Amino acid sequence: MNDSQRFTATPFTHAKESREKWVKYLMFVVTLLMAMPVILLVSYLIHKALPVLSLEFITDIPRNQMSAGGIWPAVLGTIYLVTLSLLVAAPVGVMAGVYLNEYATDNWFTRLINLAVINLAGVPSIVHALFGLGAFVLFAGLGESVIAASLTLAVMTMPVVITSTREALSAVPMSFREASWNMGVSRWQTIRGVVLPNSVSGILTGVILEVSRAAGETAPIMITGVTASLTFKQGESVYYLLGEKFMALSYHLYYFSTQWTPPRLVIDDESGNMVPMTQAAIEHAEAIPYGTAVVLLGVVLLFNSLSISFRYYLRTNRKW
Amino acid sequence: MELQRTKWKAFYEGLIEWIIRICGISAVIFVFAIFIFVFWEGKGLLFSENFSVWELLTSEKWDPTHEPASFGAARIILGTFSVAILAMTIAVPFSLGGAIFISEFCGTQLKEILKVVIELLAAIPSVVWGFIGLTIMSILIRDLGSTTGLSILNGAIILALMSMPIILSISEDALNAVPDSYREAAIGLGVTRWQMVYRVLLPGAKKGLLAAVLLGMGRVVGETMAVLMATGHALNNPFDTTFPFFHALTEVKTLTATIASEMGEVERGGDHWQVLFLIGVLLFTITFIVNMTAHFVVHGVKRK
Repeated sequence: MNDSQRFTATPFTHAKESREKWVKYLMFVVTLLMAMPVILLVSYLIHKALPVLSLEFITDIPRNQMSAGGIWPAVLGTIYLVTLSLLVAAPVGVMAGVYLNEYATDNWFTRLINLAVINLAGVPSIVHALFGLGAFVLFAGLGESVIAASLTLAVMTMPVVITSTREALSAVPMSFREASWNMGVSRWQTIRGVVLPNSVSGILTGVILEVSRAAGETAPIMITGVTASLTFKQGESVYYLLGEKFMALSYHLYYFSTQWTPPRLVIDDESGNMVPMTQAAIEHAEAIPYGTAVVLLGVVLLFNSLSISFRYYLRTNRKW
Repeated sequence: MELQRTKWKAFYEGLIEWIIRICGISAVIFVFAIFIFVFWEGKGLLFSENFSVWELLTSEKWDPTHEPASFGAARIILGTFSVAILAMTIAVPFSLGGAIFISEFCGTQLKEILKVVIELLAAIPSVVWGFIGLTIMSILIRDLGSTTGLSILNGAIILALMSMPIILSISEDALNAVPDSYREAAIGLGVTRWQMVYRVLLPGAKKGLLAAVLLGMGRVVGETMAVLMATGHALNNPFDTTFPFFHALTEVKTLTATIASEMGEVERGGDHWQVLFLIGVLLFTITFIVNMTAHFVVHGVKRK
């Protein structure tokens, strides 16, 4: 466009256009400033973790008073936690979503449920921990155990499942349901045969997000059964009983970075005698928390990316 | 052909619907249960003679293991709010700017990439943030003159980084909720995008933006692991009477961190145990009020 085709720009127009440009760059820089430090911090974590990062680090048990070896018991504990909490949170959360979207009419009670879901998501994690301690550990008599911690996590992460189920269900067009009802199919059969199959991938994104939340949480399990000081024998397979205390990745990281101190004497692999730690061993021990952080971050980001790619797949392969 | 459903099928369907109804109200049950269980464990102390809520909220003397014990959480409350408010001061400008950029100024492709990055940032677990505060941030802050580097400032920066993605995505939703016709009307009058943003969009989305800030505040106050690891966890008062009145490099205790660190060591059922549950009730109440306010700011109080 040349000048003859447009109105002559007044100084005012110039000023406002240059302001526009400046604001645009400013906003861009602000956005970058938000994302960049985190990317730098995470790369730094990975850099510090490099000395220990290997497959063996994940599959090995901690040795020599935790100054060497891997984090397998903690990884396994996190798998237990995630699976058990998923077994509770997914069915109850999905059914709650079904109720809110398919059965509930717009009245005061439904609004109360909505408020409850919002609040459940907003309750601080440490208050969930206190609830788990009062309700599951003491009142239900489960003791400080995997099962008590998993139930606490399940209550905490349920809003994630409820909200995403609701969103997935409400995306199914009403005409699908009406068509089914007109065939004389009952309400539940419609939900099972038409609504759920058409929204299952949307529900899955929420369930995957729940997994990622459950894997990363520390506070709710801290006082409901996690511990860092279990010892395992070489060659013995690691497992937990449901009523026992357990180790978990997130707590392992907390314990390692705040409370653990390197032992003065460790067992030498060759002679079997107690010897002071070598410089290399100390450096290795210092890298362990970084390694744990990277593994935890890896698990959480993996599940989140999975959830995000699922959503993209959904958006591009929409059936209606 | 049999048109009538069998009794069994009708029963089965009724049963399923009842299970769905019970799951539907589970959220309500859990919220009440959380309050009741946490309150129940602390109620013995609340109604006992040598304890007053006023003392808990205003006294600076937190010495729960001493005999006689004193439960004054004023410094802890001050610590909590100074970390939270400083964190919000850092986080709000960045996240609002980011939300405006993502929703109004950038192209479709960049927008998708940025949204994915923001979502992944929001997923980083709080214990990892705490670890970053403890190891990396503390080294940077030591240069400012703090001996350990663990301080209000450290906690606030970590919390700001944590809460920015949340505030940003809620703000972006709020901006998107402003009808496109507003934008078209503004552009039709010949204004630039920036004029449109601050004359039309920001006023139009102000309720949603306020809610975003409130929800971010709720998250920040309730955050546990990151502040436990990054603020140093020592009972100090960051305020004093000499200039500059507020010291961002003090180590403080917060409500959440106090529960998390002391719960493991107290005698079950004792006064100290009960006061920690009362702090839990206090936290529950604070976040409840914040969340409700945010909800009603957006949706208004519906009456029927």
